[in-house]
Amino acid sequence: MATEKQPPMSERRRFLLQALQGIGLATLGALTWSAYIDEASAASMVLRPPGALSEEDFLAHCIRCGLCVEVCPYDTLRLARAGDNIPIGTPYFIAREIPCYMCKDIPCVPPCPTGALEESLVMKMAKDGHKVFDIGMAKMGIAVIDSDQCVAFWGVQCDACYRACPLINEAIVIDHSRNDRTGKHALLVPRVIGDVCTGCGMCEKACITEKASIFVLPLSVAKGKAGSNYIKGWDEKDEKRLETQKGGGETTTTPTSSQKPVDYLNDEEF
Amino acid sequence: MEWLKKHQFLILRRLTQISMIVLYFGSHAWGWKVLEGNLGSSLVMGTIPLADPFAVVQMSAAGALLGLDVLIGAAIITLFYAIVGGRAFCSWVCPINMVSDAANGLRRVLRINEVERRVVISRHLRYWVLVLSIALSAIFGVAAFEFISPIGMLNRGLIFGIGFGGAVVAGVFLLDLFGVKNGFCGHLCPLGGLYSLIGRFSVIRVKHNQEKCTLCMKCTAICPEKPVLHMIGKRSEFVAMGECTNCARCIEVCDDDALNFDIRLFKQQNKE
Repeated sequence: MATEKQPPMSERRRFLLQALQGIGLATLGALTWSAYIDEASAASMVLRPPGALSEEDFLAHCIRCGLCVEVCPYDTLRLARAGDNIPIGTPYFIAREIPCYMCKDIPCVPPCPTGALEESLVMKMAKDGHKVFDIGMAKMGIAVIDSDQCVAFWGVQCDACYRACPLINEAIVIDHSRNDRTGKHALLVPRVIGDVCTGCGMCEKACITEKASIFVLPLSVAKGKAGSNYIKGWDEKDEKRLETQKGGGETTTTPTSSQKPVDYLNDEEF
Repeated sequence: MEWLKKHQFLILRRLTQISMIVLYFGSHAWGWKVLEGNLGSSLVMGTIPLADPFAVVQMSAAGALLGLDVLIGAAIITLFYAIVGGRAFCSWVCPINMVSDAANGLRRVLRINEVERRVVISRHLRYWVLVLSIALSAIFGVAAFEFISPIGMLNRGLIFGIGFGGAVVAGVFLLDLFGVKNGFCGHLCPLGGLYSLIGRFSVIRVKHNQEKCTLCMKCTAICPEKPVLHMIGKRSEFVAMGECTNCARCIEVCDDDALNFDIRLFKQQNKE
């Protein structure tokens, strides 16, 4: 028996099939492209110039023009190239190679045409009412210490990071304690004050260990978050949060919840 | 002398393309103030902002509230090409033009056009890529095409160092050489698509004089956007399609003076 002959294709069917083919191929392209964007914009281990918006907003705003890179007097800033594993064309710096030297006039921020580097994030009101740049407000990252490899924790007297810090004794302080390992000596170890540290990376650059034992991480990587359900006791400002706190949501009921809690410390019976 | 005349626009185009790179590079390396930044966004003489309208469209779709400088810059560029230049960006400014022209030239020398297995891609594909760029920007909150743009990679690469971006540029070269003739610029590039739309009604246009035409068809052979020359030998009229990049190669190869730049004003156009 001969194979059944297909009837000639109707114009309508041909049109619909071609449309379907187009849509299918477009979807294929869109999915591949999406996967790449998702992957490429996920790299968050990157230090941005001072005044940068949060990483997500920064990526949406940066037009990759390199004007901030061009004005940087220390060649700290560079534009990400393909293969650097940083969203391509965006400015960043590697603190161990060239840290941010915290220019007082912050030349890299004003040229930004899009607002990806936002002046108001590094400006404060001066006494005369004018707004002035304050590089101390920058939050490029935060220095983190590896206390296993930092030789100060071994008892070696090194304060390279403390001395290199442009906010000496404010962003890095030296803690003094007894060296229990030897039982004879003192320990003089660095500690980072998170609220003050700008993430400039001069400590990382100065660190004497083979691979830096104090290094700058982006805030999103290095910082934890306590959440709204913890209140710092004996802190009036933080306790105020209790007043504005909305109800805690669920109430758990157990067989014992109907009983009064025993306040044994304040009970006279104790 | 004859050779110069036959390549006058090509030489001028290379001059503008290369001098822009030199000025950008000079600003990065030696602090020149003539043209700072790159093709994404620039500053002319330290005062006039310029910006890539496509990047601005994508970033706005991504939800970014952009600064005034970059919006003014994009408006200047858009108005310039809309009123004056047409799609001239592609053949007079874009650095990828040198790559695709090189691939095209090699194609002619090696006679690849004659052995080519026809790969058919619609020239309308770029408009789909354009729509897709904007849609993906909105979904992912980042300028989608800027992540993969060979134009940006080459432009930044020549100013700041290229890295693996060279591989992407090489990809464009190989696509144009062995894949589809004018594959990237003539079929895929959404930036070219946007400038085709923006420049549709611009004033500077190539004009065909049918009476002088001897139907040698050298113009259609050299043209990177062949469909725009549909009137050759048929009617005297302006090359009106927005896809024409005003590269002027057709004018140069024409031995009969049947193609020339002209000013298209709308009054004139209606008369013809």
